[in-house]
Amino acid sequence: MQELNWTALIVFVVLFAFITWLGFAAARWRRGDLDMLHEWGLGGRRFGTVITWFLVGGDLYTAYTFIAVPALAFGAGAIAFFAVPYTILIYPILFLVFPRLWYVCHKHNYITPADFVRGRFGNRWLALAITITGLIATLPYIALQLVGLQVVIGALGVTSSGYTGDVPLIIAFIILAAFTYSSGLRAPASIAVVKDTLIYITAFAAVIVAPIQLGGFGKIFSAIPAQKLLLAAPPANSTGSYGVYVTLAIGSALALFLYPHSITGILSASSGHAIRRNAAMLPGYSFMLGLLALVGFFAIPAGVGALPEFAGGFKQFGNNFAVPALILHIFPAWFVGVAFAAIGIGALVPAAIMSIGAANLYTRNIHREFINKNPTDKQEAQIAKWVSLIVKFGALIFIVFVPSQYAIYLQLLGGILIIQTLPSVMLGVYTRWFNDWALLVGWAIGTAFGCWMFIAANLTPNYPLHFAGYTFPGYTALYTVVLNLLIAVVLTPVFNALRSGAARPDATVAADYYRP
Amino acid sequence: MNGGNRRDRDTGWSWWYLLFIIQLVAVVWPAFYNKLEPTFIGIPFFYWYQLLCVIVGAVLTAIVYFAIAHERQSG
Repeated sequence: MQELNWTALIVFVVLFAFITWLGFAAARWRRGDLDMLHEWGLGGRRFGTVITWFLVGGDLYTAYTFIAVPALAFGAGAIAFFAVPYTILIYPILFLVFPRLWYVCHKHNYITPADFVRGRFGNRWLALAITITGLIATLPYIALQLVGLQVVIGALGVTSSGYTGDVPLIIAFIILAAFTYSSGLRAPASIAVVKDTLIYITAFAAVIVAPIQLGGFGKIFSAIPAQKLLLAAPPANSTGSYGVYVTLAIGSALALFLYPHSITGILSASSGHAIRRNAAMLPGYSFMLGLLALVGFFAIPAGVGALPEFAGGFKQFGNNFAVPALILHIFPAWFVGVAFAAIGIGALVPAAIMSIGAANLYTRNIHREFINKNPTDKQEAQIAKWVSLIVKFGALIFIVFVPSQYAIYLQLLGGILIIQTLPSVMLGVYTRWFNDWALLVGWAIGTAFGCWMFIAANLTPNYPLHFAGYTFPGYTALYTVVLNLLIAVVLTPVFNALRSGAARPDATVAADYYRP
Repeated sequence: MNGGNRRDRDTGWSWWYLLFIIQLVAVVWPAFYNKLEPTFIGIPFFYWYQLLCVIVGAVLTAIVYFAIAHERQSG
């Protein structure tokens, strides 16, 4: 590993100290009673358009995104660009579904997607399925944020031999845990403003400086091996990489807003209108993600993979080291500190929101539903704070003691799991047509098939579906949610016919989904 | 969706949503854009086309946003 980079390290530490102060100071921002769950866990639903823009952007574009998407471009080439159609597709979904969800949640004080499903379909077991899916999908995602943090700490030259090497990571996490506990969602909301500003500066600097240093885009792209430059043409009787590309984009887009942390970010907006305005403004981030994918390509002609000073980093972190290596290679030391701080802070913001989302889920949909049905507001908020701590330390222990590859596998599986809540949550916002038990059976079968296909494809999220002599390799999440939906559609009339007596009550009425 | 009243226009159906289909169609089949030529300032078609689609998508979303805001005001 390279020498300790003092200048970069000092800039990095100063920026971290600043956001630590900001995280604690945030408790007094738009002051509310932090002993109420919706104040701690949703910032009192008071964030206007601008803060929501930073918060949701900071939430969806995580440190791992900034490391992993360029790493995929660096290693596998064109397929990494599926992230671009993916970001194009997420905003219409945000626009169509989530203002309605916001209104109904605001009206009934729902804090989690499972709260909504419980009220809409009146079935606690369906709500429990949504809750458990959300928790299992979120935990490895938090762990992955730590992988992003580990990579930049390693790239600063902080040697990581044995467990003492994890000390900086542990310090960063104690900071994160403490300000999340004390300030709730206000902390990541205020830090997100700093994080996104730094990330934008870094992304634009990389996209301008790297091509100048490397002799222009023409030279960069001509240095990239031909098989990485475009998607491989599909073989006969198969949709090949084209199908993979499109199903990854659509499946990931559908899954994104079902994650508890996405919904936490969206519900903290001050109105349904603020969400829609955001859907029109968030594509600003999509463009940046596209630029970042290109940065992964820049690392190829820059030759960072062959430079001796980066050999240790690539050995330890694999292709995830491509972007840090490029940053070290092309920028002066002080800017390296800024760029790495951007990525490091970029890990803390989503990790905080994810732990809050998971805490809200446990508190509302497991503790309150099954353990203590009538907690006081203060008890409820206190439980959530503790759970947010437990969740984060669980992720920390996982990342320190288990190879990070397992966190990556589990996060890939998490996308397949979370999409199974689509019929209940996203379609539930528009219709109460489905039978609750039919939704639960659809969820169970979708989840079981998803896990089986993931294992059958050697722990990868793409499964080659064979049908009538043709092969359709594609994203398992999309295939299994279609199966889930078909089952729910077929079983709904069957279960309705079998049910004696009236259907379960719907706690919501049509007018709840509109602006009052 | 029992159209007509002012509330429905807020989160109910609007024909303007059909504009979203354009950005879906533009990226849904990679065979259409999986090629190198024509390049733009040295960037292969595959890459600049998709980045262009981001901008087109952003413009379309903004149009839908303003159209719906207008519908609601005049409704």
